[in-house]
Amino acid sequence: MAFNADKWFEKINTGNVVISYKGEVSSELITNSLEVIESKLDDLNEDSRLIRKVYNVLVELLQNLYHHSAFVEGSEGQESKERIAMFLVIKNGEDYSIHTGNYVHNSNIQVLKDRLDQINALTKDELKDLYKLILNNEEFSEKGGGGLGMIDAARKTGSKFEYCFEDFINGYSFFCLNININ
Amino acid sequence: MEPISIEGTPKTPTVNFDATSGKIEIKGRSIPENSIEFYKPLVDWLESYSSGPASLTEVNIQLEYFNTSSSKCILDVFKKLESIHKAGNEVVINWYYEEDDEDMLEAGEDYQSIIRIPFKMIEIEE
Repeated sequence: MAFNADKWFEKINTGNVVISYKGEVSSELITNSLEVIESKLDDLNEDSRLIRKVYNVLVELLQNLYHHSAFVEGSEGQESKERIAMFLVIKNGEDYSIHTGNYVHNSNIQVLKDRLDQINALTKDELKDLYKLILNNEEFSEKGGGGLGMIDAARKTGSKFEYCFEDFINGYSFFCLNININ
Repeated sequence: MEPISIEGTPKTPTVNFDATSGKIEIKGRSIPENSIEFYKPLVDWLESYSSGPASLTEVNIQLEYFNTSSSKCILDVFKKLESIHKAGNEVVINWYYEEDDEDMLEAGEDYQSIIRIPFKMIEIEE
C-alpha cells in the first residue's frame, strides 16, 4: 500500500508545535515561515545563539524542499497532492527538532542515502573540511547545493540526521528528514 | 564606473560598491533561493573594477545570515578581489560577526583559509 504522508504529518504534528505546514513550498512561503519562526522564538525568549541555529538550519531545509520536491507523475485521483511538501518545527524541552517530508523519484534515493550516511559518519572537523572542499572545488548545480546545505546543518547543530524513505506510487517515495538543535 | 547601491530585503543584503572610494560593502541577510541571479551583477562589476581599482580596496562584510547557496557566490566575490590583490593592489577584508555568533566567525575563517587576502575578524558587541 502506498505510504500515507498525511498520517506521518499528523503523528508529528502534536505536542509543542512552533510551526507546521503542508502544501506547495514557494519562495514567499519560505520568507513568511522564516519571519514567523523568528518572531515566535523571540517571544519564547530563546537565546540568540539557538534562534540563529534554528533559523539557519530551517533556511537550508526549506530551500531543499523548494528546489528538490518532486512532482509525482500520473497519479490519478491524487492531483494537487503530489507536489506537496511538509515541514514542522517542534520544541521538545530545551531542544528543537525540524522535520521535513517530500516526494522524490526512486532513482534519487541511493544518492541521498549515501550523502546522509556520509554526513552522519563525519566528525565536526571532517564536516568543516568537506564543506570547504565542496565550496571551493565542486561545480554547483543550477539548483545550488551539492549537499552543502545538509553539511552546513550538520556542522551547525552537531547532530545526526534521521531519515526514511517510504514507498509511494509510480516510482516515487516519500522522503522524511529530521534533525535536532540544542 | 557607476557605483552599485542596492537596498536590502528580508532575503537579500544591502550592497554598496564604489569604485572611486574603493569601498565594497555587503550587509544584512543573504538567503535567496537563487543566489547566482543576485550575485552575478556584483561579480561582473568587480571584474570591470579590477582593470582600474582604487589604491586601497576596503571590503566590509557584515552578514547576519547567509545560506549555502550564497556561500559559493560570496566566494566568487572574494576570488575577484583576490585577483585584484594579486595584481599588486591593496585589498583588505573586514569580516564582522556578532559577539556570540561563533558560526559566523567560523564562516569567516573558512573563507580566510581559502582566499589569499588579509582578513580582519571584527566582533560587534550587542
